[in-house]
Amino acid sequence: MTAQKKLSISAEKFNQKTEEQAFFTSRVDRIVAWSRRNSLWPMTYGTACCGIEIMSVLGPRYDLARFGAEVVRFSPRQSDLMIVAGTITEKMAPVIARVYEQMIEPKYVIAMGACASSGGFYRAYHVLQGVDKVIPVDVYIPGCPPTPEAVIDAVMLVQKMITENRPRPYKDNWKPGAYR
Amino acid sequence: MSNIKSLKKDLKQEFQKEFVFKRLLNADVLYLNSEEIVPVLQHLKEKRFFDFLMCVSGAHYPHQEKNFEVCYELLSSRDMTRLRIKISVKEGELIPTAQFVYPTADWFEREIYDMYGLKFKNHPNMKRILTHHQFKGYPLRKDYPADLQQHLSEPLEFCMDNEPDGNPPNDEGKDLMPLNIGPSHPATHGTLRIMALMDGEKVHRANVEIGYLHRCFEKMAEEHPYNQVIPYTDRLNYCSSPMNNVGYCKAVEEMLGVDIPPKAQAMRVILCELSRIIDHIVCIGAAAFDLGALTGFFHAFTYREKVYTIFEKLCGARLTVSMTRVGGMANEPPANWFKDILQFCEEMKKGIEEIDILLTNNKIWMDRNQKVGAIDTEQAIAWGYTGPCLRSTGLGLDLRKSEPYYGYETLDFEVPVGTTGDAYDRYLVRVEEMRQSVKIIEQVCKNVPPGDYSLRDKDIVLPEKKEVYGNIEGLMNHFMLVIHGLRPPKGECYSVTEAANGELGFYLVSDGGPKPYRLKVRPPCFAIYQSFPHCIRGSLTADAVTLLGSMNIIAGELDR
Repeated sequence: MTAQKKLSISAEKFNQKTEEQAFFTSRVDRIVAWSRRNSLWPMTYGTACCGIEIMSVLGPRYDLARFGAEVVRFSPRQSDLMIVAGTITEKMAPVIARVYEQMIEPKYVIAMGACASSGGFYRAYHVLQGVDKVIPVDVYIPGCPPTPEAVIDAVMLVQKMITENRPRPYKDNWKPGAYR
Repeated sequence: MSNIKSLKKDLKQEFQKEFVFKRLLNADVLYLNSEEIVPVLQHLKEKRFFDFLMCVSGAHYPHQEKNFEVCYELLSSRDMTRLRIKISVKEGELIPTAQFVYPTADWFEREIYDMYGLKFKNHPNMKRILTHHQFKGYPLRKDYPADLQQHLSEPLEFCMDNEPDGNPPNDEGKDLMPLNIGPSHPATHGTLRIMALMDGEKVHRANVEIGYLHRCFEKMAEEHPYNQVIPYTDRLNYCSSPMNNVGYCKAVEEMLGVDIPPKAQAMRVILCELSRIIDHIVCIGAAAFDLGALTGFFHAFTYREKVYTIFEKLCGARLTVSMTRVGGMANEPPANWFKDILQFCEEMKKGIEEIDILLTNNKIWMDRNQKVGAIDTEQAIAWGYTGPCLRSTGLGLDLRKSEPYYGYETLDFEVPVGTTGDAYDRYLVRVEEMRQSVKIIEQVCKNVPPGDYSLRDKDIVLPEKKEVYGNIEGLMNHFMLVIHGLRPPKGECYSVTEAANGELGFYLVSDGGPKPYRLKVRPPCFAIYQSFPHCIRGSLTADAVTLLGSMNIIAGELDR
């Protein structure tokens, strides 16, 4: 892994258009990972204040499009990255679990903000104490709401996870309802 | 006062009975028995022109014999008098429903049932509204633990059982198709659920389910000291957080009977108007986005980011600023802050013109918005509309003019009104309000009063850090206030501000302790949204999106 970690695409090699240098070698899984990580289609599950911040992240100043993740799909069947932006209540929990089930593998989840990560300061009778009670989460972002920079950092972390094909035991061993 | 005297006389004549009136902290309160409530409300509405029922709230007093209280807040738009009606009931006692007098009472009464378990007689749809349908117990009762969660296994089945006006349209002989929209749907802001029965392309009947973002604000407020409630208020209407801070702090300050210094007032006015601008920006931008005009969204957000920069300069946070404290502001504004705002005003003026050019005369925008969701003034009042949605029907009711606070009476601005009350008029009113807000901000920024940004009463405000670390008295005062807590005197008040969506009311009850005994929020869009099934009837599905966008429903304050 370590020696060939980086994908062997080099800009200089591409620019030198001599016949013998116009190719590169790699492995199929790396090519797939490279294309996957640069074409994340997020499903922004925006429910609350973080939903307004995610609009900023997608908006003109922070522009998530730079990371290839601007095609926001509200259909779970077209998305591979769920960004849970906002408080998930007990009423919403079965809905989000069902939406997550409908996403196609490989799929990733970012819990954006304190509420989605742990319930935040809503230690209350109708608030789910973290979305990881109902779906497996890959990256947690602290903050209430997190700054857009933090969200971008999380997206980059997911990209890194995809590139490295990092093992995800918490997801592979996930049993619905086991963590309630 | 004379008004109340004549009211007393009038009621005595009408009902042949002496009613109990009390004056509690600048408000007149009328005490009734529960069976008198409907005839008295009817009389007040028809003869005394109390046309608005602003809020119905409950409270639990476990140590009293009649252990529940229900409060009705009335407002007369004719002379802007307010009246609070209170009834005390025992557990299990039925209260006659007020929704046939004021349709807006429907959801408020359901909420009381949900939170306290009080039942209303003849209410057609006495079911849970905010908590989920498998929830057991009544969470706002004092004996319900704040952190006792109850899980839900399955979402609510598609149902068509709430008919707000009591006479459902005839389904017979029609081939109706059920259509479920949301809660996870881009046009419903991720948290609203609309269930519609479709007759072809048209919505025959609709039902809405709310509560997907019920974060127990009121219970949390009862569990926290007064100043720690401020961050929770931020997250009510998160599109314009500072306004909620201001509304809440104003309520506590009214309770304490203190006035904040002129500089703090000026800063609050600036924060409020900036948030009004960004709230309208999100409303217009998101509405345009929902209708497919993505450019409008990007354009509008450019200006929102500029306001975020101003907030960041003030306190470091972008969205949830929590800048107010009971008694003033949290700290001094940075150097040149007011100058930055003036510069922003210049940019914003251009920005508003650009939005105007982009949308106002846009043929598609006009076709999609005009004649959608039109409502007349009478209907709007009956549903309890306030803010831009009410003003778009032609009634220029604005609390900044009618019950001015923080020096709004000295500022020069106008209240825009519409004519037809449809989605397009609401848009026009919002654009014009943004212009007026810029005008207000400029006036305030050019004459910032000198002086302190906060009161210096040791029982209300924490001393500045240099005092705490610099001398023993400051340290002691800090220690005392943290340990003893801010304790407003026993009493209650209903304090209102004009938020971006309309009247934002805080009904606060204090028992003299360090935490609010009861804090009820009157969210403007709660009243507006309950008219949705009524307004959408007979329209196209596509119009549901337009209507929802124009109502500007913010789930945080809708569900709290």
